[in-house]
Amino acid sequence: MTTDIQAPRSPYTRAPRKGGINWEKWGWIYMRVSGLILVVLIFGHLFVNLMVGEGVNALNFAFVAGKLSSPFWQVWDVVMLWLALIHGGNGMRTLVNDYATNARTRRILTGAILAAVVVLTVLGTLVVYTFDPCPAGQPADLLPLFCQAS
Amino acid sequence: MSTATMEKSAAPAAPESFTVTVIIRRFDPEVDDEPRWQDFDVEMFATDRVLDALHKIKWEQDGSLSFRRSCAHGICGSDAMRINGRNRLACKTLIKDLDITKPVYVEAIKGLPLEKDLIVDMEPFFESYREVQPFLVAASAPKEGKERIQNVAQRERFDDTTKCILCAACTSSCPVFWTDGQYFGPAAIVNAHRFIFDSRDDNAAVRLDILNDKEGVWRCRTTFNCSEACPRGIQVTQAIAEVKQAIMRGKP
Repeated sequence: MTTDIQAPRSPYTRAPRKGGINWEKWGWIYMRVSGLILVVLIFGHLFVNLMVGEGVNALNFAFVAGKLSSPFWQVWDVVMLWLALIHGGNGMRTLVNDYATNARTRRILTGAILAAVVVLTVLGTLVVYTFDPCPAGQPADLLPLFCQAS
Repeated sequence: MSTATMEKSAAPAAPESFTVTVIIRRFDPEVDDEPRWQDFDVEMFATDRVLDALHKIKWEQDGSLSFRRSCAHGICGSDAMRINGRNRLACKTLIKDLDITKPVYVEAIKGLPLEKDLIVDMEPFFESYREVQPFLVAASAPKEGKERIQNVAQRERFDDTTKCILCAACTSSCPVFWTDGQYFGPAAIVNAHRFIFDSRDDNAAVRLDILNDKEGVWRCRTTFNCSEACPRGIQVTQAIAEVKQAIMRGKP
């Protein structure tokens, strides 16, 4: 009887990672990059909304309507929305990977996070680009006062 | 037993001893279903270590207490345990550095299967250590009768990570490792770092690819528990970050 004795330092035998995009790596890089951009976007957002001019007292429907009619703030808000939602969703996915040991629970939870991120992103983007504070053909008593001015 | 030098230093005044309460998390798989805490009172001197307290308990009070220790001088790395909630080597933790007005809590390191008292199954830890190929792989042979030449700067590059004694204090302090035992863990990455940045080694690309896995370096959340736990003072989190950088560059 011969026994097959392996060399003391057997070479690495685990199946190598399949080709294609390495999502873990890009996910990690995304978290770092989006985090940096979000610091600027969110604090800029808070500063403009709460501190410039009259500060928090100026916040009302007209203020938001005015901001969303400017292309600059539209782009700012949409970029912030996308980066923040994907950043948060990816963070939640990491938590699920850490704590959900059952493969099925993991799939359900990650799927729920993905659905929430997609719904909120689409909804938010739609609001930013199609927001009209003075929709035509509405009774005047339902519209804000500044609509009558023009 | 005592040597001349010891008698001389002890001569002026007899050192003061005091009673320390040590509470140990015991587990005997043949008797217990669950681990239980048991307290012991031991007479200790300020210069004694936690390991000495464990010895006193085992030799004088309860012979069934099980723990690993080998060299007892912080080199072999076999007596890593959780002392007052922090991973330390029992042989490097002095009683005087702990708050002895309160009991000292000693338990096995977390995240690895508990076998008995302070002993855990280290196999999963060594498994991931083996997977990163912690040995020199060189493509070329050195000239006849010559060594592989390395300058001071090249040696300095990976000096920090050569200090690892594989005690598992870092890996078993990592919250990612506690919840997900598949993660390679800081110790394996430290030992990969030691060869990835070694100028004499030619297998860095393979090791980087192994650690570029789902369970590789990207699971690191930079909580710095490992750097804090390391009894050799290795900057573990920095080593992991350097491996991440190397993976992004594609070369060390």
